[in-house]
Amino acid sequence: MAVPIQYNLRNLFVRRTATLMTAGGIALVVAILVMTLALANGFRQTLVATGRSDNVIFTRGGAITEVQSAIDREVARILQSDPGVARLPDGTPLGANEAVVLTNLAKRSDPTATSNVTVRGVDSRVVQLRPEVRVVDGRFFEAGMDEVIVGRSISERFVGCGLGETVRFGARDWRIVGIFDSGGTGFDSEIWGDVESMLPAFDRDAYSSVTVRLADPAAFEAMKARVEADPRLRVDTMREDDYYSSQSSEIAAAIRVLGLFLVIVMAAGAIFGALNTMYAAVGARAREIGIMLAIGYRPSSILLSFLFESVFLCLIGGVFGCILALPVHGLSTGTTNWSTFSEVAFKFRITPGILLVGLLAASILGLIGGYFPARNAARRSVIDALRGN
Amino acid sequence: MERFLPLIWRNAMRSKRRTVLTVSSIIVSLFLFATIRTVLTSFDASLETADAARLVTRRSTSLTFPLPLSYRDRLAQIPGVEAVTWSSWFGGVYIDERHFFMQLAVDPETYIPMYSEYVLEPKEIEDFQRERTACIVGEKLAAKYGFGHGDRITLQGTIYPGTWDFVVRGIARAPEGRDLDTNFMLLSWDYLNERIGNPGVVGIYTTKLSDPTRAGEVSRLIDATFANSAAETKTETEKAFQLGFITMLGNIRTVIFAIGTAIVIAIFLVSMNTMMMAARERTKEMAILKAIGFTDAAVLGLVLTESILIAITGGIVGTAFAKALFHFSDFTVGGFFPSFVVTWGTVARALGIALALGIISGAIPALNASRLRVVDAMRHTG
Repeated sequence: MAVPIQYNLRNLFVRRTATLMTAGGIALVVAILVMTLALANGFRQTLVATGRSDNVIFTRGGAITEVQSAIDREVARILQSDPGVARLPDGTPLGANEAVVLTNLAKRSDPTATSNVTVRGVDSRVVQLRPEVRVVDGRFFEAGMDEVIVGRSISERFVGCGLGETVRFGARDWRIVGIFDSGGTGFDSEIWGDVESMLPAFDRDAYSSVTVRLADPAAFEAMKARVEADPRLRVDTMREDDYYSSQSSEIAAAIRVLGLFLVIVMAAGAIFGALNTMYAAVGARAREIGIMLAIGYRPSSILLSFLFESVFLCLIGGVFGCILALPVHGLSTGTTNWSTFSEVAFKFRITPGILLVGLLAASILGLIGGYFPARNAARRSVIDALRGN
Repeated sequence: MERFLPLIWRNAMRSKRRTVLTVSSIIVSLFLFATIRTVLTSFDASLETADAARLVTRRSTSLTFPLPLSYRDRLAQIPGVEAVTWSSWFGGVYIDERHFFMQLAVDPETYIPMYSEYVLEPKEIEDFQRERTACIVGEKLAAKYGFGHGDRITLQGTIYPGTWDFVVRGIARAPEGRDLDTNFMLLSWDYLNERIGNPGVVGIYTTKLSDPTRAGEVSRLIDATFANSAAETKTETEKAFQLGFITMLGNIRTVIFAIGTAIVIAIFLVSMNTMMMAARERTKEMAILKAIGFTDAAVLGLVLTESILIAITGGIVGTAFAKALFHFSDFTVGGFFPSFVVTWGTVARALGIALALGIISGAIPALNASRLRVVDAMRHTG
């Protein structure tokens, strides 16, 4: 017969100082776990959601990012005329030559702090190439007019990037005529303008990358083989979404490693605490355990009962921890992605899965912290236990 | 007090398991505290290589845009500038992207004298200046990959395409007693410039001031000289330049600090709980001690000494473990930090926290017990 759950719950209540302090410790461990996972998840989500799998991006062979890459006009022309590129109704290829540079802008929160912001020279076809990008305020820039549109998170966070303001780079002033939203992707951390105005402003002749839409999404390998076989080109070929997620891998891995390290070490500390609490709980109730054994509860029931108590104690902490972590959800922050040397904004994203991981971790802490004391309780001989040793 | 020591010791050892668990949880918490604080101090330590007498001039648009080589002579003529050198970020990949380290293409004639704090043999400097494909590696980098004089290093260019071979001709060492970053590789800017077709552009200029107190004035003068030209500049002290990289990390620093604080509080709670539990269970014994004539102060002293002893033991072991681990493993968070050293300031703070932990978790139950009447305390069930 099982020991009534009431017995454990009441005990937790009677020793409420110890219960609260142990649960508090567990709560903080779980909160940190949930927050780190949310941070890594938010960062990954932003870059993984960037780009489409039916777009192909070409960069110069060996260049890891667009900023390091350079593609000559002739090479760009050849790439755009590849037979695998989708075509618009008028027969022009659905592709864009883009120039990507970085500019140093001051932050609104602290104008002495600056960060590198990605400036992308695009072509009017970008609207068809990346339909997820919508101008939400103002209008699209006009080619040849020194006008730019700014991603929503840059507009909020950098000086001079609001609608109607001007931002200076490449020895020119650029008027901001629109704010765009790309649905929480990496493009929200960029400034877009006309590529043909930007190249001379930055004193460049070559594009940074060429992006094209595949006519047949399955024909990527064929296009890659064709392009790489052409000795005139010497470019790297990647699906656009793969390109962006490859840029997130380093930071996301760093956050995960750091988070995992913290959580493992903290969990070890919390287990010592849980063990102590449960040993004390068992020790103080030696006589009660003896009575339970004497009136016929089986040792396995007693083991289960104490294990339950420990898991329940840690779960209280787990739930508190999840609640403690919830307010960070949606909090937006920005950092420099060292892979691209440029600013990227992202949000903490807590998912039900992450909360579940938090509760699971709490239960595991409870199981480990409770098992040894519970086994200790169950193994007592009735006589010893009744004597209260 | 001395005669009480055996009593304190026996009390602590009465429940060995609990004492060991408590000490372990304190070890873990202070190990974590030391680690997290070291992350923060390492951010700042990267600034200590900066010299107040050096200014860095870069393109105002961003660091990724180059400056013309012709600025060299104009910079040299600016009053207050004593010496000029320049460097370009090379950005090559060694083996694969995970093996990141900094490579700078520098002008061998002017760069080595400018950064004279690094120790090099005259022969090494001479070889580096003479041989086009020579390179100098810092001692930490050399130790990490086993580079020695005459070894070949092959880099895959990302900014400058192609395969680049260099021969190690010098190992730059940090001077005694200074924790300078030596995770770098220097190669010849002349060789780079020649191989990419003589564009004559450089990443940054570094200038040495004759009078460091005039840094602000000279910076403004430099930027004014190049204002409204095709390549406008931004000049700041070397320290401000390096600080710029840290501010680029944005809130990450705050996030780490917040996480660190939460962790310390969490484990503080856990350790304090167990230590208070131990003391609470002894309320009856404290009453007995008082009944046989111990003063309140003596009882408080007994309990406090025990909990401080436990906390300090955990603190010393945890901090020493962190200090030794990061010292011997050469941990740098994947090359992110030039050096990851647990500072003595961190050690002192960790021990301070341990002491506070011992005092608080001993004092609360002891004070509670001393307030009780002996009779009530004897009836107390823990």
